[in-house]
Amino acid sequence: MAKIIVVTSGKGGVGKTTTSAAIGTGLALAGNKTVIIDFDVGLRNLDLIMGCERRVVYDFVNVINNEANLNQTLIKDKRVKNLFIMPASQTRDKDALTMEGVEKVLEELSETFDFIICDSPAGIEKGAHMALYFADEAIVVTNPEVSSVRDSDRILGILQSKSKRAEQGGEPVKEHLLLTRYNPVRVEEGEMLSVTDVEEILAIPLLGVIPESEAVLKASNQGEPVIHNQDTDAGKAYSDAVKRLLGEEIAFRFLDAPKKGILKRLIGA
Amino acid sequence: MSFIDYFRSKKTSSASVAKERLQIIVAHERTQRNQPDYLPAMQQELIDVIKKYVAIDEDDITVSLENSNNCSVFELNINLPG
Repeated sequence: MAKIIVVTSGKGGVGKTTTSAAIGTGLALAGNKTVIIDFDVGLRNLDLIMGCERRVVYDFVNVINNEANLNQTLIKDKRVKNLFIMPASQTRDKDALTMEGVEKVLEELSETFDFIICDSPAGIEKGAHMALYFADEAIVVTNPEVSSVRDSDRILGILQSKSKRAEQGGEPVKEHLLLTRYNPVRVEEGEMLSVTDVEEILAIPLLGVIPESEAVLKASNQGEPVIHNQDTDAGKAYSDAVKRLLGEEIAFRFLDAPKKGILKRLIGA
Repeated sequence: MSFIDYFRSKKTSSASVAKERLQIIVAHERTQRNQPDYLPAMQQELIDVIKKYVAIDEDDITVSLENSNNCSVFELNINLPG
């Protein structure tokens, strides 16, 4: 029985796909058979971030419509064994995904996988709803910025009322906060919400803090999830988040700005 | 923070303004979240009925629903013109 984890945020551009790619890769590196599903129908991008865009033949909608089977559709990652990608369809038909179809695919994947990561589209419409509906756990990706925090709270409300677990009165979806694009220097200067500020407002357990890093764009450029680059803070921070997701207790890193020398302090450079 | 900054007057940081604004709006939106979907429609119909008999403004009516443990309190406030 697989664990279904949705990566969601409400707001766009906060790092959902980057996070799905990194966390999915991390789980597979830890020995779990993992599949990452792109739910963003019409705006497929997970394939680019994972570097397998030229190997897409069939997609999620093809499977739902029985035009292809799972084995034909799943793309095997080149770097990590046990890791698979299910690309989204590029159709413009908004109703291409159906709740029954999604359920059937998830059930079939559940039989052989340990983890199913659902990369949600932005917004709170049908696509986002379907990505979170069957989830056991949710990673809410948030930037330390007002609109992102507000939208995350909206998404938390939807998880608590419109998910399958909420509707059927089961155990609630387990929520995790992942703060991305965190800049400790700006936090220290009082220009950016701190981890504690965001934790206080959203009131859900913290899974990880990913520092703002040039490595993330570089990783996207190359189609290689940033978690592979363990020389970078972002890569290390994602590894920590994966370990916490798997139940380990690890101290948070990269929360403080690098200390300045006495001379720099005096001249304010 | 540089040496010179210690002599300057301290302004409220923009992050604390952001936090305060967020706390207020998020708390407000959370109370609305638990309201049933029919509430806005019901409110409109109530306004229409009252308007049939009394000349009032839509702003003179407030409807709220508060949930505590196992009972909900529905509150309808109408300011009748004096």
